[in-house]
Amino acid sequence: MTASTRPSTRIPDIPAVITRSLPPRLREELENASSGLNGAGKKQAEERINAAYHAMQVEPGESVGLVAAESIGEPGTQMTLNTFHFAGVSEMNITVGLPRIIEILDGRKTISTPMMEIFLKKPHNNGKNIRELAMQIKMTTLQDLVLAFRTNLLENTIVIELDVKALERLDMSAADVQKPLGKSFRSAKISRSDNELTVTLNPTKGAPINEIFKIKEKLKGVHVKGIKGITQILPIKRDDEYMIITAGSNLKDVISLDFVDSERTISNDVHEVRDILGIEAAREMIVLELMKVIETQGLNVDVRHIMLVADTMCSGGTIKGITRYGIIAEKSSVLARASFETPIKHVFLAAMAGEIDQLTSVIENVMINQPVPLGTGLPQLSAKR
Amino acid sequence: MKRKCTITFARWACGPISEAIPMAEVYLNGVFVGEVDNAEEFRDKIIAERRRGALPERMSVQVAEVTGDVNLETGKGRVQRPLIVVKNGKPLLTDAHLTQLRKHELSWQDLVKQGVIEHLDAAEEENTLVAFTASDLTEAHTHMEVTPLAILGLCTSLVPFANYNQSARLNAGSKNQKQALGLYAANYLVRMDMDTNVLHEAQMPIVRSDMHIISDYASHPSGQNMIVAIMSYKGYNMEDAIIINKASLDRGLARNTYFRPSVAEELRYSGGLVDEVCIPDKDVKGYRSEKDYRYLEEDGIIYPEASVQEEDVIIGKTSPPRFLSGMDEYSLTSNIRRESSVSMPHGEKGKVDFVLLTENDEGNRMVQVRIRDQRVPEIGDKFTSRHGQKGVIGLIVPQSDMPFSVSGITPDIIFSPHGIPSRMTIAHLIELVGGKLGSLEGRYIDGTAFDAEDPDALRKALVSHGFRESGTEQIYNGESGEAMQAQIFIGSMYYLKLKHMVANKLHSRARGPIQLLTRQPTEGRAKEGGLRLGEMEKDTFVAHGASLLLKERFDSDRTLVPVCEESGLIAYIDRYRNVTVSPIYGDTPKVSFVEMSYAFKLFLDELMSLGIYPKLQLEDRY
Repeated sequence: MTASTRPSTRIPDIPAVITRSLPPRLREELENASSGLNGAGKKQAEERINAAYHAMQVEPGESVGLVAAESIGEPGTQMTLNTFHFAGVSEMNITVGLPRIIEILDGRKTISTPMMEIFLKKPHNNGKNIRELAMQIKMTTLQDLVLAFRTNLLENTIVIELDVKALERLDMSAADVQKPLGKSFRSAKISRSDNELTVTLNPTKGAPINEIFKIKEKLKGVHVKGIKGITQILPIKRDDEYMIITAGSNLKDVISLDFVDSERTISNDVHEVRDILGIEAAREMIVLELMKVIETQGLNVDVRHIMLVADTMCSGGTIKGITRYGIIAEKSSVLARASFETPIKHVFLAAMAGEIDQLTSVIENVMINQPVPLGTGLPQLSAKR
Repeated sequence: MKRKCTITFARWACGPISEAIPMAEVYLNGVFVGEVDNAEEFRDKIIAERRRGALPERMSVQVAEVTGDVNLETGKGRVQRPLIVVKNGKPLLTDAHLTQLRKHELSWQDLVKQGVIEHLDAAEEENTLVAFTASDLTEAHTHMEVTPLAILGLCTSLVPFANYNQSARLNAGSKNQKQALGLYAANYLVRMDMDTNVLHEAQMPIVRSDMHIISDYASHPSGQNMIVAIMSYKGYNMEDAIIINKASLDRGLARNTYFRPSVAEELRYSGGLVDEVCIPDKDVKGYRSEKDYRYLEEDGIIYPEASVQEEDVIIGKTSPPRFLSGMDEYSLTSNIRRESSVSMPHGEKGKVDFVLLTENDEGNRMVQVRIRDQRVPEIGDKFTSRHGQKGVIGLIVPQSDMPFSVSGITPDIIFSPHGIPSRMTIAHLIELVGGKLGSLEGRYIDGTAFDAEDPDALRKALVSHGFRESGTEQIYNGESGEAMQAQIFIGSMYYLKLKHMVANKLHSRARGPIQLLTRQPTEGRAKEGGLRLGEMEKDTFVAHGASLLLKERFDSDRTLVPVCEESGLIAYIDRYRNVTVSPIYGDTPKVSFVEMSYAFKLFLDELMSLGIYPKLQLEDRY
């Protein structure tokens, strides 16, 4: 066996070709930083940075994945075992700690406490009309504005008595309520008198009695104002500006509001971020959210481990959790998949499909007791026949 | 009994049914018996009658807070505890009672009969307000603790100055005491208990609590008073380790005897066959060697005081064959019996202490042999004080190298000061001073929790004996004789030897027995097992890229498996005809030997049992 394929850790003189292999971001930074230098100094700086950059690169056969797993897993055991710990911002609860980490790594579609941090554009973030802005965001349903529903079975009508005070608080009129109702119930006729709305159901339909009640229940949930999904709002002052934290998340609608700073506003729902802002944004969110939890627990994990995990989860363009349905299912080896969870299922499915295990990865080779293709097991001898 | 109670209550409380507006339901032992107007009044009346002696003293009455029901209990299974009755902020137990008690003119039972003391169960306690000490008493109190010590359990009340300790340490301290070696039973010499220890020269602690007296601790002590210095010693007592004085060990400090019996029974089998205790014949199946049976006398049992090592036979025994299978077992000789002797477990030694011939429940002859082994403390044996300050011996130092005081005292134990600040076991320090004073004055020190001698008074008293109040002394380096710069805190403490001794745990293996099914090493010390390189340990190898080392570690069940190259199934060699046989293609020379772990071969077999065809595709390695 030969070690010739292994690069030495000593940094040789770097040919000019490789200089160009610096990642764009680093090259840009180098350009900016060395603007004050003369030609020779510039070249020297470039060489030093180049050398440092290549020295920091991982060697072939380094088990980065396992090291990342260990580096996250070991501090994870020290995380306080209060599995459902809520760090309250006034009356809002946010899932933190281990449950949050599991939620992110599993790539859950619905997270337990979706929330948003909404930043506002320049004139609006001085806090003067922060309440009003927040109220515009908060979802209001008909239910919140109603004093009483009166159903008239004979005339097939539902009379809605609106709460005037509630309307005033939201700076709305009865007409403002009538409009969204009309949109949601095209078949019904809605008339307004003072603060009462009368919903007359389509008489030709001859609705049975329980239909009226069903419609009444439906009416309660009609969304009249604000943004769908935002259940609570909390205006706060962070640093020198005012912003809004919400419970519930609707990134698409929020960032299209004209007073919202769409560049900084974020949601903690990784899937939503992916759908609205793309996979790169989602990857960044995974890293940020995981680091946030780890740091609040007083632990110390290098970002690059987290970045590797996030890259793995996002590499396919969609978010795949580290579950047997997510990235584990991507593994090509039957044995590797079977060693994770539900072995019998994997073995049966593989048998039915007639899968061939090429034994190219680590776990399979541990199982059959062959050298794993990592570190000293990576170099192979090739010989001419 | 139950019947009678029911009738009595009804007459008292209810009155004519027509007038009363029932307010609270009354349950006797969970069965509805009637209703009363005023639950509290009714309860108070019951209590008064009980104290008067008209009702059974072990009966309890409770007004449930939520339902307002009155619950009367007379049944078994309720834990009750004694309390002093308090009336108008004054305990009914007076000094007069106490003097009478001292003169033995009065007994506990008399106090109960007089209604001075009553036993309450958990339910009735819900309706009471119990004062901890006499000084806490107010008008509102209904009862007072007999002693503040009553809030602690048996083991915890054996901790001196317990109220100066952090509570978590009390828990640890009482847990440790349960594992201490001592005199567990006075008749241990005629007992055949499994795995027992008896401490030599166990002592009563100098610093003791009332519970030591109450529980007659002097008749079954479990530790020894040792001179303890709190200082570092070359780092050999870091991480809770302790340094121990070699000369103290030579004088018998913390020495104990370990007992373990071996048992053999002459079982009866179907067909009139029986086991036989004897020296096995040489033609017995599984005969060991003459050397292994050398201690056995004619009856097949070892003689007392024989010094045995591991694997030596203690009781020779033969059993009838297990199955009558092969032809040779039907043969005329037919007395091919099985060797089933009892021998010393792996890794154990000792002396034969006692041989007992008896019968078991079925009337079969039974032989019990007790092995004794003297255990002198060695590095790794576990010790503890009574404050949850446990540690193992880190070093045994000759007395000539131990630090010594001005008066020439060398400590038995050197305890590390780093164990104190984070654990906050102040009582550990107070006991040290107390023990020092106790040994100077030749008396016991009372360290009962909440009721102990004043620690300040203990320290003041040290001065009158010519010692410093702080308990510290000038100490000299044992090796160089130099005076130490720091004053060392030194005194006497009660130390306990715990049952975890290295002699029972030391274990290693290079090669040894393997399991039949997996061909992997057995597990556990008793079976001379291997030390498992587990999943997480494996990960560390992978993380270091040490893949060949990993392979070598997991080679314990390596096998060469013949594989048919065409079918990819496991083939076999027919040694008679010297050909290789494929399970599908029959005789074929196309068979390669593949190295794999036996566990993986098993996995392939298991797949086949599921109806899956695990076809191995062979490839040339080079």
